[in-house]
Amino acid sequence: MLTLYGTPVTSRLLLGTSRYPSPSILGDAIRRSKTEIVTVSLRRETAGGKTGGAFFELIRSLDVRVLPNTAGCHTAKEAVLTAKMAREVFATNWIKLEVIGNQDTLQPDVFALVEAAKILSEDGFEVFPYTTDDLVVAERLLDAGCKVLMPWCAPIGSAMGPVNLQALRSMRGHFPDIPLIVDAGIGRPSHAATVMELGFDAVLLNTAVAGASDPAAMAEAFAKAIDAGHMAYEAGMLEPRDMAVPSTPVIGKAVFA
Amino acid sequence: MRVLIRGAGVAGLTLAHELASSSINVVVTEKANRAGGGASWFAGGMLAPWCERENAPGAVLQLGQTAADWWDAVLPGHVKRKGTLVVAPPRDTADLVRFASRTSGFDWLKAEEIDALEPSLAGRFGKALYFAHEAHLDPRRAINALHEKLVGMGVCFRFDAPDFPEKGFDRVIDCTGARAIGNDPRLRGVRGEMLVLETLDVQFSRPVRLLHPRIPLYIVPRTNNRFMVGATMIESDDSGPVSARSLMELLNAAYALHPAFGEARVIETGSGVRPAYPDNLPAFSEQDGMLRVNGFYRHGFLLAPAIARMAAERLLSSRAGKSEGHTTFAPPVHRQPDSSYIGASQ
Repeated sequence: MLTLYGTPVTSRLLLGTSRYPSPSILGDAIRRSKTEIVTVSLRRETAGGKTGGAFFELIRSLDVRVLPNTAGCHTAKEAVLTAKMAREVFATNWIKLEVIGNQDTLQPDVFALVEAAKILSEDGFEVFPYTTDDLVVAERLLDAGCKVLMPWCAPIGSAMGPVNLQALRSMRGHFPDIPLIVDAGIGRPSHAATVMELGFDAVLLNTAVAGASDPAAMAEAFAKAIDAGHMAYEAGMLEPRDMAVPSTPVIGKAVFA
Repeated sequence: MRVLIRGAGVAGLTLAHELASSSINVVVTEKANRAGGGASWFAGGMLAPWCERENAPGAVLQLGQTAADWWDAVLPGHVKRKGTLVVAPPRDTADLVRFASRTSGFDWLKAEEIDALEPSLAGRFGKALYFAHEAHLDPRRAINALHEKLVGMGVCFRFDAPDFPEKGFDRVIDCTGARAIGNDPRLRGVRGEMLVLETLDVQFSRPVRLLHPRIPLYIVPRTNNRFMVGATMIESDDSGPVSARSLMELLNAAYALHPAFGEARVIETGSGVRPAYPDNLPAFSEQDGMLRVNGFYRHGFLLAPAIARMAAERLLSSRAGKSEGHTTFAPPVHRQPDSSYIGASQ
């Protein structure tokens, strides 16, 4: 069983809530994928308004755990402020920390990320940092107090799938006991299955589901791929080899030549 | 029969027109001091059901296809049937393919064809989608003209009158859009921000949509060298002024479409709250004798005519008996059953 900051989690699929055709379809996607954790990005305008965010009410009514995120923040200060607002709005210490460093690739600014992670951890937050596959940055995030890491496997929304399998493998190898969640870059269920086969603990998706023609069906397809990849990892896969290996014994077989 | 309609936005005015055309005595009350005091005033006015199909269920295409004819018949001269042009920056052409895979009723255009259609865009885009059957209108002119026409048809308007008494009316229909948020538990607000630019250096004959992974944008030509640039989609019922970030994103996208927009004058910025139900489709509901027509989301001018016609028919045919509940105009296949509704309880 996967445990994130002391909370046991059954579903290894986390879903983002942005850009679905409608909240109804978002609800269907969450139900069909059986996801237990959804990320919600907080914009200041969303927190305002006379109903205090009807969209948040909709999310709350879905009976899932909310992981607020600091999407769109570009500085540590901005991210810390957004995290504090999110704690008020959603009454949770969980925060997916995102500090963007490059507008084109949406690559995290890892320096500001570590800085914000430290401030927030000291303030009692349980931080889920969106980071790269860099091992040193990962070490620094753990030093800062993070107990979960969320590396990208390709730029956000790019749907490229894992572009550097070796980096992901070594990350898994270096941090065998830290929950690792692939956060960005997945486009297809086969990508999700691939990273799960590498031993990653979970996958977070948004665009790949929200942007599908039938988001609810795609969410379920991903859930199946993630389960399959995880089960395969647990079951122990064969390593590839150069030569054919007959699956039935050859010795003792009748020879009619 | 005497009918009181609350709300003089596009929903209330189209319904008033359909009822008044059937010789119903109609009074329209409005909290603001003029017609179109809510989201209608900030609408794009695109009658673009084929393009909307990118994200919207089939019902929007089905119900929206008659919108241009309705507006043309009711307000001759307002509708411009010039189609819609959809373009993408060179690095985002994958988005054009995706857009095409979700929609119908378009032709792929090559560079020369784009240039012929919109000379201002000459040399800027290698590929585009052209939705020839689509149309657009100027929402503010249309609202004012429809108001004037209704007055001529004998519809009585009461502005600055949010609490107009319901006594003496056979039916009361709430078309107050985002103002009903809080009273109608299913309704939420989706904030939209827009701006108006003025420049002599660009001429468009039709709405142009720029696909972008983060900031999709449309520019609708108005009269007097003006262009309506829209619109953000933010889950909020905050109706405050446009934020610096949204303004920056909209301007960036406009600049990406044509650098001449960098020299344009910013005539206006605005924001409105779109009323939406969880499936983002309009609906007609009846509770305790009160009727509501609401939830037009980003499809007010596109879907209000069809919904008004259906609501009027239903009202005229059910003079004797009243029924309760939330009714949709969408075919069942496109609509989620009520059990899947994820908002507040009914």
